[in-house]
Amino acid sequence: IFTEEDTYGLYSNLLFKYFLAEGVVCGHHLFVASAEEHPDNILKELPAPLLDDSCRNELGEETTAVKSEDLEDSMKIAWRYQNLPKMEASPTTSTKFGHYYDVSKTMSPELFQPIKWHSFYLPEELSLQSKMKTCNMNGAYTRLLQSIQKIIYQEGFDGSDPQKKQKNILRIGIQSLGSMLWGDDICSSDAPEDIHSLTKFLYVLRGLLRKSLSACIITVPSHLIQNKAIMERVTNLSDIVVGLESFIGSERETNPLYKDYHGLVHVHQIPRLNSLICDVSDTKDLAFRLKRKLFTIERLHLPPDLSDTVSQASKQDLAESAKLLSSGCGAMAIGKKHLDF
Amino acid sequence: QGKFTLLRDTRTDGSFLVHHFLSFYLRAGCKVCFVALLQSFSHYNTVAQKLGLSLTAAKERGQLVFLEGLKSCLDLFFGEQEEQSGPPSPLQFISESASNLKALFDFVRTSLTPADSDSWKGLVLLVDDLSVLLSLGATPVAVLDFIHYCRVTVCSQLKGNIVLLVHSNEDSEDEENELVGNSLCHDSDLILWVEGLATGFCKDVHGQIKIIRRMSLELTAEPDHIQIYQYKIQDRNVTFFARGLSAAVL
Repeated sequence: IFTEEDTYGLYSNLLFKYFLAEGVVCGHHLFVASAEEHPDNILKELPAPLLDDSCRNELGEETTAVKSEDLEDSMKIAWRYQNLPKMEASPTTSTKFGHYYDVSKTMSPELFQPIKWHSFYLPEELSLQSKMKTCNMNGAYTRLLQSIQKIIYQEGFDGSDPQKKQKNILRIGIQSLGSMLWGDDICSSDAPEDIHSLTKFLYVLRGLLRKSLSACIITVPSHLIQNKAIMERVTNLSDIVVGLESFIGSERETNPLYKDYHGLVHVHQIPRLNSLICDVSDTKDLAFRLKRKLFTIERLHLPPDLSDTVSQASKQDLAESAKLLSSGCGAMAIGKKHLDF
Repeated sequence: QGKFTLLRDTRTDGSFLVHHFLSFYLRAGCKVCFVALLQSFSHYNTVAQKLGLSLTAAKERGQLVFLEGLKSCLDLFFGEQEEQSGPPSPLQFISESASNLKALFDFVRTSLTPADSDSWKGLVLLVDDLSVLLSLGATPVAVLDFIHYCRVTVCSQLKGNIVLLVHSNEDSEDEENELVGNSLCHDSDLILWVEGLATGFCKDVHGQIKIIRRMSLELTAEPDHIQIYQYKIQDRNVTFFARGLSAAVL
């Protein structure tokens, strides 16, 4: 099971690193927590930013929008499922937001030097004593929350120190939450001992984030979690939920419709913060691909069908046909001859 | 008076109804006890300001009693080890193994019991949203008991109204949540069921709302009266229209 996770974890790790890399480039503080890989190693492998404007045409935007500079206490919890790889934003928007990264190079240490960062590596933390009351929560989660809260308080992200002249943002990244390495058995059994640990953790984390200037990205191996009710509750408690579905090892890999892409992006939830409505984009069908240097997310674009049946591949049909594709239905406006009605 | 309204959403977000009821009752001059479990105070305040109301002012004049669940939970979790001298936290059930929502009920009861100097036109309990209680460790039975106690106190004794939001899903695997939702449906006077469109995402029609008036609960034993509209949410407003008659189509 773990070997499989590594393979799929490729892409979600990439997205995780993008989030942190953006933090470095913007001068934010970082907090990295992991139970599997030491945060030092994670931070050594951040992609190098591309600061050259001429590359703009080919690059996309960061998918996690952190506009927290303007708001007093805005927080987002961005969820990524580890099923799929990550992608960069679509190239359809012309405004430049965030930075672009070159996946083939790692970030130079000089860029990283001035950044203040904190790490939480579970195997090291477990050996220390903790005096905190647990509220019936998993011990690892409790320690992580304690650690995050300490940093927020000490560094003044919650506005508790009015003398602090410059406000900064804390970017928190938590990897593979809910997996067995965090001491939670929701990934390994049908009837876990404590199904509320993860959701309680999320609720307290949400409270912490709402109270301070921080943003958090969490990756979760949701394909391993047997009890789907937990995933529903988790979705409910998060602001943004993005699922990545990679084609590796699935039947879609050989499907000619998907030959240009490495996987699909499912946006399950977008935040509706401080407003009645949310910013809903025009299309809901996104796919991603990992080229040699770039990781891009684009609207799902079906290649033209060059067979003898008459067919059209247009962007208008996209949403309709992609929906049909994903629901497994054969009827399609495109009329591929190998699909039955 | 004494009405129990259930807000239910499926495949979409029904929180715009919560904002509506909040501003509606505040404008009508009622005292509101708002148990806000999912979002922070500033979120509700910002939206209320767009709708022309200030929650801060309402709180100051005592019209609004706001329980910010996220903040209470933090205080509980990171609070001091010694026993506080004040009243127990309303969300105490999170740290206790016994899933008992009595502290939360006491909070509601204390907030809505009228003092002699009060002259409010009515009393309202508003909860956003109930499904969070299950995520935090409460059993469905405890949640239903809590609602029952609230109903007896608020609706019957104090002649106030209750409005709650629960989430539900057609293929939901979350049986506890479905149990609570269905059970409350049976007891509600009015159900506002917000659903995403069955045909999928649409830019101009955000969803459909089913308004069910439970006439079958009354002594006249008529069937439930059901109305269905579709809606589109805008920045400061929600427009409702009959099915298929969206402005984009006409």
